[in-house]
Amino acid sequence: MEIFGVPTALLGSQLLVGLINGSFYAVLSLGLAIIFGLLNIINFAHGAQYMMGAFIAWLALTKFEVNYWVALIAAPLLVGLLGVLLERTMLRKLYKLDHLYGLLLTFGLALIIEGIFRDQFGISGESYEVPEALSGGIHLGFMFLPLYRAWVVVASLTVCFGTWFMIEKTRLGAYLRAGTENPQIVQALGINVPLLITFTYGYGVALAAFAGVLAAPVFQVNPLMGSNLIIVVFAVVVIGGMGSILGSIVTGIGLGLVEGLTKVFYPEASAVVVFVIMVIVLLVRPAGLFGKA
Amino acid sequence: MSMKKTMSLACAAALATLSAGAHAQISGGVVKIGVLTDLSGTYSDLAGSGAVLATKMAVEDFIAKEKPNFKIEVVTADHQNKADIASNKAREWFEREGVDTATELVTTSTALAVMKVAKEKDRIAIMNGPGSTPITNEQCNDVSVHYTYDTYALANGTAKAVTKQGGKSWFFITADYAFGQALEKDAAAVVAANGGKVLGSVRHPFPGSDFSSFLLKAQASGAQVIGLANAGADTTNSIKQAAEFGITPTQSLAGLLMFITDVHALGLKSTQGMYLTEGFYWDLNDETRAWSKRFFGVQKKMPTMVQAGQYSSIYHYLKAVKAAGTDDTKKVMAQMKKTPINDFFAKNGQIREDGRMVHDMYLMQVKKPADSKYPWDYYNVRQVIPAAEAFQPLSLSRCALVKK
Repeated sequence: MEIFGVPTALLGSQLLVGLINGSFYAVLSLGLAIIFGLLNIINFAHGAQYMMGAFIAWLALTKFEVNYWVALIAAPLLVGLLGVLLERTMLRKLYKLDHLYGLLLTFGLALIIEGIFRDQFGISGESYEVPEALSGGIHLGFMFLPLYRAWVVVASLTVCFGTWFMIEKTRLGAYLRAGTENPQIVQALGINVPLLITFTYGYGVALAAFAGVLAAPVFQVNPLMGSNLIIVVFAVVVIGGMGSILGSIVTGIGLGLVEGLTKVFYPEASAVVVFVIMVIVLLVRPAGLFGKA
Repeated sequence: MSMKKTMSLACAAALATLSAGAHAQISGGVVKIGVLTDLSGTYSDLAGSGAVLATKMAVEDFIAKEKPNFKIEVVTADHQNKADIASNKAREWFEREGVDTATELVTTSTALAVMKVAKEKDRIAIMNGPGSTPITNEQCNDVSVHYTYDTYALANGTAKAVTKQGGKSWFFITADYAFGQALEKDAAAVVAANGGKVLGSVRHPFPGSDFSSFLLKAQASGAQVIGLANAGADTTNSIKQAAEFGITPTQSLAGLLMFITDVHALGLKSTQGMYLTEGFYWDLNDETRAWSKRFFGVQKKMPTMVQAGQYSSIYHYLKAVKAAGTDDTKKVMAQMKKTPINDFFAKNGQIREDGRMVHDMYLMQVKKPADSKYPWDYYNVRQVIPAAEAFQPLSLSRCALVKK
């Protein structure tokens, strides 16, 4: 059977691949959206932090024989901690200034971090093997699905919806949302807003590192892996609506699917399609699909 | 003192003056070699600091063995793969610092820019890293040498051998820009000429990171061989993901532009069985091993063909300067073209009138992990492609210097 001249089997497999990529986008854009929502900082270091997550996993495995599962928890904690340090020492000073200053600072940091890794590890990157338990795959009839890719979808979606639940349904989340709306009043009610902000940045950064560890067995671990991805992720956040939690998750997955379909019908445009959608969304709904105007 | 003895003394004195005269023909009293390469970007592993090291080794060895009566200096700069930075640096070197030759020049755009400056300033450009064929075709000139390889040789070597060995149906995964398309075109022509068939191709945006969609298309095509007409991280990610999706055991991959550093970065598990063409491999014979182990001692990586070619070309250049007794561009170029190249890198290598250095190339197949006995034991040599077949024949040349 064919749809527009494309066999359904191929279409199905491309959609599945799109879903996998979409879940990467979702985790990354979720981190960005949380940080922007509460801190008003456009975190350009997100790609570098994602890359650090992948490299920490690789280093842990090759130098200390720490396995994938431990790295999946430890790397985000470590990178998150570095994020906390960064927030306390540098970002904190910029909250009163224009968005642009935060963007410049984090962009500069990203360049420095990538430069250091490039100097240390070279440009070709390193290879991280798929963990034993997740190697191999399943024949779905229309395609061969590597187990690891299936795991990526499950892990990403769990983390995304866990985060969404925490922010929308728990007391901590309520504080966070209130802090986003009006920090002065929340502070007056006796809640430590600066601590909340530090925690949020650390969490957002940890999400980037988590995505990095997830990506390590799929992509070659190299110093520039983050900068290649980050621009698309920014577009996802803009389309979803800056700062919208649910928006970033849904848009991330949705755009992964759209990109997958583009690769079937007109692969040359697959890198552009996200930006075309961004332009249209900005024209029609400047606040983004899920943003509050 | 007899008349005879006086005469011979006079002769000796005259000879001494002559050689002093030769010395005076080295501009500034020193031969200056500029290494203009990518020291920090995408190509810094395959050229970069390793190419600088190879240059220094060549100079040291040349001084120790040939005892020249001139001084040699090496200067280096990072062109960041940008043509404007490269041409500005070359201009500065030629005009103000008395540099005699700009070398290495990875990425075609920087090479083409520097070739123009070299021609204008009457200095020599020696290229090892860049791959595109216009260097010795449309854009060729008489002050340039393209030494190590070009995309024609790689695509030709790999595509021909793979097709002849039974890989009759092909599907290309191509980087969607001039380089990738040219590579695909060259390889597809070779496939067709050898009785193979191209079933289709897909063009991916450059640079990409997820290639699974394109790989699934290639898989669905049922082609025996998937030709990768891309480079660098695009190639490594394609290969890694092909293994992940279970493509590689049933269909084989052919890398049309790959270096040993790519195989090293990926590991044998995902690259095993792949065919690729190289101009050099460290583990070919005692000579290549001896040199490469010296290189490894400093760099902690085995040399790529670009780095080995850099050594060979610099040594050849210096020998030509010594033989010509001058660093005058025209005379040195004539000497370089006249002298065959015989060292650990090339046997009977020859620089043609279009600037192309032709030498044997090697068709390699990447070993299975179990067959790799020691670090960097990566290739089986499947075929030595003789110089005459490896490169584009002069009859097809589009270079104005080639008389037909």
